[in-house]
Amino acid sequence: MGVRFLLGDVWVGLRRNLSMAVSVVLVTMVSLYLLGLGLLAQRQADAMKGYWYDRVQVSIFLCSNGTRQANCGGMPVTEDQKATIKAQLEEMKPLVKQVFFESEQEAFDRFSEQFKNTPLVGNIKPGVIPSSYRVQLSDPTRYEVVASAFQNAPGVASVQDQEKVLKKFFTVINYVTLFAVIVAALMVLCATLLMATTIRQAAFTRRREIGIMRLVGASNFAIRTPFIVEVVVAALAGAALAVGMLWATVHFIYAKYLTTIVLNEALISATDVWAIAPYLAGGVVALAVVTSTVTLWRYLRV
Amino acid sequence: MIRFENVTKVYPRGTRPALDDVSMEIERGQFVFLVGPSGSGKSTVLRLVIREEPTTSGSVLVAGHDLGLLAPRKVPRLRRQIGTVFQDFRLLPNKTVAQNVAFALQVLGKPTKLIRTLVPETLELVGLEGKGRRMPHELSGGEQQRVAIARAVVNHPAVLLADEPTGNLDPATSLDIVRLLARINATGTTVLMATHDNVIVDEFRRRVIELDNGKIVRDEAEGSYIPKEVVTPVPAPELDPDDLWSPPDETDWADEVVRGEG
Repeated sequence: MGVRFLLGDVWVGLRRNLSMAVSVVLVTMVSLYLLGLGLLAQRQADAMKGYWYDRVQVSIFLCSNGTRQANCGGMPVTEDQKATIKAQLEEMKPLVKQVFFESEQEAFDRFSEQFKNTPLVGNIKPGVIPSSYRVQLSDPTRYEVVASAFQNAPGVASVQDQEKVLKKFFTVINYVTLFAVIVAALMVLCATLLMATTIRQAAFTRRREIGIMRLVGASNFAIRTPFIVEVVVAALAGAALAVGMLWATVHFIYAKYLTTIVLNEALISATDVWAIAPYLAGGVVALAVVTSTVTLWRYLRV
Repeated sequence: MIRFENVTKVYPRGTRPALDDVSMEIERGQFVFLVGPSGSGKSTVLRLVIREEPTTSGSVLVAGHDLGLLAPRKVPRLRRQIGTVFQDFRLLPNKTVAQNVAFALQVLGKPTKLIRTLVPETLELVGLEGKGRRMPHELSGGEQQRVAIARAVVNHPAVLLADEPTGNLDPATSLDIVRLLARINATGTTVLMATHDNVIVDEFRRRVIELDNGKIVRDEAEGSYIPKEVVTPVPAPELDPDDLWSPPDETDWADEVVRGEG
């Protein structure tokens, strides 16, 4: 079958069955948009994990003058205690990747810098934030090892792990992803059923042509390909629209309103949309081909 | 060209066989009328030849191929060697005459250049030169059947099957159509035509194979529609008195006679 004749057939088929074709395009678009959002959320979570896990620190806060923790007994940490803690941390390499000491003054400076335009700054004086050892771990998930070693050690007020905070954040992202993917799966199911219905309708509309094609000895390939191409074209159009919408979402909404809040490099961008686009398109083409082949095999005895 | 060897065909919900142990041979280049009453198995013979249906037992051979052994994917290739024409023409209403004929070649992937020569050539053969741009509904029944014949033969098939091709046409047009089929037959195409039309069968005097209840009851070279020996003895009074109120259709009447004798 000539390509031009095939394309002409596809065009006529799409035009004749326009409402069905449009519905396939739209349903595919919505389902792929949701699926894309799910995938992007996951990429966002991965990007953040990478970003934060590089920086995640266990903070060992030391006793200071005003510390109320029972372990301190109201006494500030001594130089000896600091040295012991430092030595113990050094022994824990390679789990402990880096250790640096933050004095009360440095803590105050960092705080002032971070919140310089907020009224908080005026309420905090040097010495309110205790000095601490900031420990970077080679494997952030093994935070417990460090925590248990220093919890209640002499001179230690408390051990705090930033990963705990992050974990909650990632849990939320995971739920969002899960939800998006479940809704997307339902939509993909809708798209599949709609494609099958479209094929059946198209086959019915063209039953005369099919009858004659069979009669004159057109191959199964020649009879079925126009239908399959039709659905693939509609599905690809839906995929293209979905990718466009994902790009617009990331470019106009996400990037614009979130860059000011979180650090730039931890955010997904249009690049991530292009990265998932081939999978969305490839997936939908495979789905369209399989659905239409199965439907034709069931409803179009050749 | 076409050979039936002890072919029996029982349709899934059929109570009796549509064809019952039928054996026959149609040689290349022959013109054969397949006659018999409705339900005698004429259409089944044609359906078996294009392998629209499988046989229940026995084998059908077309151009040397045993259709029972033919892989499903090779069926299209078989059908390319067979042209088929029906009583209801089966033209595509939204395509012009030329497009209808070209369609048969396009779906086989023939090059456009070849199609551009073959289509006008074939339209001329069937006597439709200059009508390529008409739509089917603008044509008379006879012309529509000519388009259908053109579509069936445009790919130069070795066999032409015609299932009651004159069933919807008036007698004069019917004769024209069969003359056309005879002309196509003269170029070497084997023609197998199922028909009810006694006038035509008697006019053309070709081989006649008569089926009744799925069995071949007569196979006669240069035969007539009604077996020679029963032409005379058919007595008029045998007609049902009810039929006298409205003269029965010629074909139906003939059917009754044949069934009575068969």
